[in-house]
Amino acid sequence: MRADLELIHGWIPHGAHILDLGCGDGALLDALARDKNVTGYGLEIDPDGITACIARGVNVIEQNLDQGLANFDDDACDLVIMTQALQALRRPDRMLDEMLRVASECIITFPNFAYWRHRAYLGFKGYMPVSKSLPHAWYDTPNIHLSTFNDFERLCRDKGLIISDRAVGNGDHEGHWSSRWWPNLFGETAIFRVSRGR
Amino acid sequence: MDSDTLMPELPSDSVGLVAPQTAHFDVPLALACGKTLQSYDLVYETYGKLNASRSNAVLICHALSGHHHAAGYHSREDRKPGWWDAHIGPGKSIDTDRFFVISLNNLGGCHGSTGPCAINPDTGRQWGPDFPMMTVGDWVHSQARLADRLGIERFAAVIGGSLGGMQVLQWSLAYPERIANAVVIAATPKLSAQNIAFNEVARQAIRSDPDFYDGWYAEHDTLPRRGLKLARMVGHITYLSEDAMGSKFGRDLRSDDLNFGYDVEFQVESYLRYQGDTFSTSFDANTYLLMTKALDYFDPAAAHDGDLAAAVAPASCPFLVVSFSTDWRFPPSRSRELVDALIRAGKPVSYVCIDSPHGHDAFLLPETRYQAIFASFMGRVAHDSGLEDS
Repeated sequence: MRADLELIHGWIPHGAHILDLGCGDGALLDALARDKNVTGYGLEIDPDGITACIARGVNVIEQNLDQGLANFDDDACDLVIMTQALQALRRPDRMLDEMLRVASECIITFPNFAYWRHRAYLGFKGYMPVSKSLPHAWYDTPNIHLSTFNDFERLCRDKGLIISDRAVGNGDHEGHWSSRWWPNLFGETAIFRVSRGR
Repeated sequence: MDSDTLMPELPSDSVGLVAPQTAHFDVPLALACGKTLQSYDLVYETYGKLNASRSNAVLICHALSGHHHAAGYHSREDRKPGWWDAHIGPGKSIDTDRFFVISLNNLGGCHGSTGPCAINPDTGRQWGPDFPMMTVGDWVHSQARLADRLGIERFAAVIGGSLGGMQVLQWSLAYPERIANAVVIAATPKLSAQNIAFNEVARQAIRSDPDFYDGWYAEHDTLPRRGLKLARMVGHITYLSEDAMGSKFGRDLRSDDLNFGYDVEFQVESYLRYQGDTFSTSFDANTYLLMTKALDYFDPAAAHDGDLAAAVAPASCPFLVVSFSTDWRFPPSRSRELVDALIRAGKPVSYVCIDSPHGHDAFLLPETRYQAIFASFMGRVAHDSGLEDS
């Protein structure tokens, strides 16, 4: 499993009913169902991902996240997860509202644009960064709303949301003191656990 | 299957030569309309082998004009295989190397099961229009009795498209302990006003044919061919998408010039007339009438103040719901209605919308993604049912 999914796996409580937005091939939901008795649904639009989910017995709904989560009631589940999809949405801020309407808590991961390699790419080379976490060219990237660790924290603050946990997922800096102290600079993937404010 | 060696010309992924069987039932069947069928026959076919633990049975439910002949060939002279041969056979989505597949003709049908063409034991004459109105619920009860007869306590999956999908949904609600998986394709949890309107046009076409004789046409040695033809033509328009019709026929003419008359001029007219003509002599009008009524009546949410999520509460099996992008008879939004209700009720469900130009008819046809999804789900059904890979 991808490193950020491994970390999230540890955060999910036993028996939770969850929603995984952009669930890909369903690896996370599948592991959570087996290891932690978790139930729920994955939402996906990639045909190969959907087929893979069905083949492994993960409930998957073909649904475009940009159209919202209107088919899910308020507090329909315990937790909403969205890994590596926020940056590809038309309105990430509205999706955050939707996620915290459907559940009181959500876990979000996205590529941190302020990662030092990205900064160096842009700063020294003068080109839009291309990296392991941002593999596309500027003209064909699905990632239309890139943001940084700091940007997301500010959005949560502005919305009055509570960040109960944050972490970074990294290829080469996993667990290194530098990414814990300066996540905005040394974290390649931002991982946030957010809940509704009061 | 040894028929493959006898009939080398049949495709290798076909179930081969098949023969229908008949099960007779003497235990009265109480119907939703208040009447009772004292005895009845169900005609069915089976493909594949029932395993020792009887855990690999799959039931196929047919649509409006369908029947028990879903796969394979009745004779080597057959020009076409069964109506769902694209999806049933060795190595196909419903893999007959793994599953024991049962496909029956529903009560009220005109392909051998007891229906308007059968003899009413009370009168000694054909049932005709006196045959009791059937509902999806009645059909599912009769199908459960067939399962009893064949020694099947629980189906690994019940599968159907269109009206067949409604029967699958009904199975999950009426017999939740007897269905391990549900596959609902190109269906809807209830007909829209527009759907009912189209059905009513079809019914009026039949009933206003002078040869209909209030349903007693057989006793007048005739058939309401014109009415049934019109009904089929109207129906057929709703089965195809505008794009499919456009790309198939466009405004193509049969001859080079306009005739300025009412004979067939456009290819689409020729096609519809042909479809209607073929159907008008091969399908029974009374059956068509009662099947359209069964469609109209189906609405499991009605008993729950329209709350479909409450209606599906008894269901306990995983669902696969499939819709097709250009289906305007039962469009993807109608499948979503069912999916959303299942989600609201916390039921296991997967939903896929297949991109297809073929409208409602797409559920009958082979299509790469449709087959991949269908086969993946059935692979899962086999796995969860403890079936060995062949």
